[in-house]
Amino acid sequence: MQRTLEMIKSKCAELLADGTVRAVLAWHDGEFSYDKAPGFFTADDIDSLCYDCTCAPNLSKYLVKEAKKEGKVAVLLKPCDTFSFNQLLTEHRIDRDKVYVITIPCTGKVDIEKIRSMGVRGITSLEENDGKITVHTMYGDKTFDKNDVKLARCFYCKGSANLEADFDAMEEKKAPAETDKLDEVRRLEAMTAEERYDYWRGELSRCIRCNACRNVCPACTCERCVFDNDNSGVAAKANTTTFEENMFHIIRAFHVAGRCTDCGECSRVCPQNIPLHLLNRKFIKDIDDNYGEYQAGMDQGTVSPVTSYTKDDADPSEAAFMKNGGEE
Amino acid sequence: MPMNKNGEYTPLIVAFCCNWCSYAGADLAGTSRLTYPANVKIIKVPCSCRVNPMFVLKAFQRGADGVILCGCHPGDCHYLTGNYYTRRRMTLLFGMLDYLGIERERTRVEWVSAAEGAKFAAVMNDFAKTINELGENRRLEDLRCKEPLK
Repeated sequence: MQRTLEMIKSKCAELLADGTVRAVLAWHDGEFSYDKAPGFFTADDIDSLCYDCTCAPNLSKYLVKEAKKEGKVAVLLKPCDTFSFNQLLTEHRIDRDKVYVITIPCTGKVDIEKIRSMGVRGITSLEENDGKITVHTMYGDKTFDKNDVKLARCFYCKGSANLEADFDAMEEKKAPAETDKLDEVRRLEAMTAEERYDYWRGELSRCIRCNACRNVCPACTCERCVFDNDNSGVAAKANTTTFEENMFHIIRAFHVAGRCTDCGECSRVCPQNIPLHLLNRKFIKDIDDNYGEYQAGMDQGTVSPVTSYTKDDADPSEAAFMKNGGEE
Repeated sequence: MPMNKNGEYTPLIVAFCCNWCSYAGADLAGTSRLTYPANVKIIKVPCSCRVNPMFVLKAFQRGADGVILCGCHPGDCHYLTGNYYTRRRMTLLFGMLDYLGIERERTRVEWVSAAEGAKFAAVMNDFAKTINELGENRRLEDLRCKEPLK
């Protein structure tokens, strides 16, 4: 990892020096070294660029605004971020010529909340060595197996990057994880409607409407969001009733249906730990079951199943979800 | 809770009807003297694909117990392809409502042409019966929109 970081840094320094790019979009330390924040780097501060097991944020969304400005910008994309990037290219949200893509290797990111939930306090920094995570705290060091503290989304890794990079820092190709991301959805679908209602009430009632899930989502790139409309009655305020909780999450997931790459950022940033990705995956599953398997961002220029049709689609009453799962 | 004058529960049903087919179908049902429940409130839309998922949710918020979309038969859309999109969108939306535990019988899509007055009445009677059995919509209600207690 250290060698990769040095390679990325020297490449970025070179790009900035010869004027190919005006800035590099990457991660720097946040308030603590384990909470990385996205940032733009120039030749002056390129040394503070970092990349390790805590660099979870997906950077592709920041390019939407950045690619509209003069000059080129370089970006570091992890394999799963390339899906979001492809999707944004497909939607013409980013001009490919304005971006210098550097694909970087990833072996899974760490979920700091998982470490905290194991009673570790006063964390100062994290270190990764051969599949082990050493947590340095104010009270001494602790070592965890990486699999125990990995982000939930990393268990459903999509494998290697799938776009033509301008500079490829990947060490080797990686196969996608063999876990089936739709298993959790199937488990919920097998419940009765009553149980599902109770389950989602328990989850969604914790929502504080901080809008973090919307703001971080690389598919949510509307200039003006439906939830920012003052006339909607739901703009910039907390949910007041169970209806508003349901509505916000149904509409949020619906608006990215067919475009969601299942990057898992929504669940990662949720301060209330609501499993928001399960809502998106329900749409992914219904699309797969009814209209054929589709992975958003797999290729550039694909047409989303929600903006296309075939003449012999099933009617809603005959669609696949009505037949399998749940009570009959 | 909406009641009729005999004090019996009567559900509120919102029907989004396409201007070019089922709205005329409802008209035909009326001029043919066919009965369908008076608690079906029809909202005319230029095409069934005008109905955005928010409309369906808002209808439930404002007290609907069931929401039905009526559009032209696939292939007969006035705008050629509108109802094909409706079909996909509503499949996904109804799937999500079902996933959140909201009874799947509360939502429905039907294709009713302008010549099918009898079908329109039959569909509405059947839907009203289903909703009557299900009772009040509790899972997507907004208490602020309920009538005050008397």
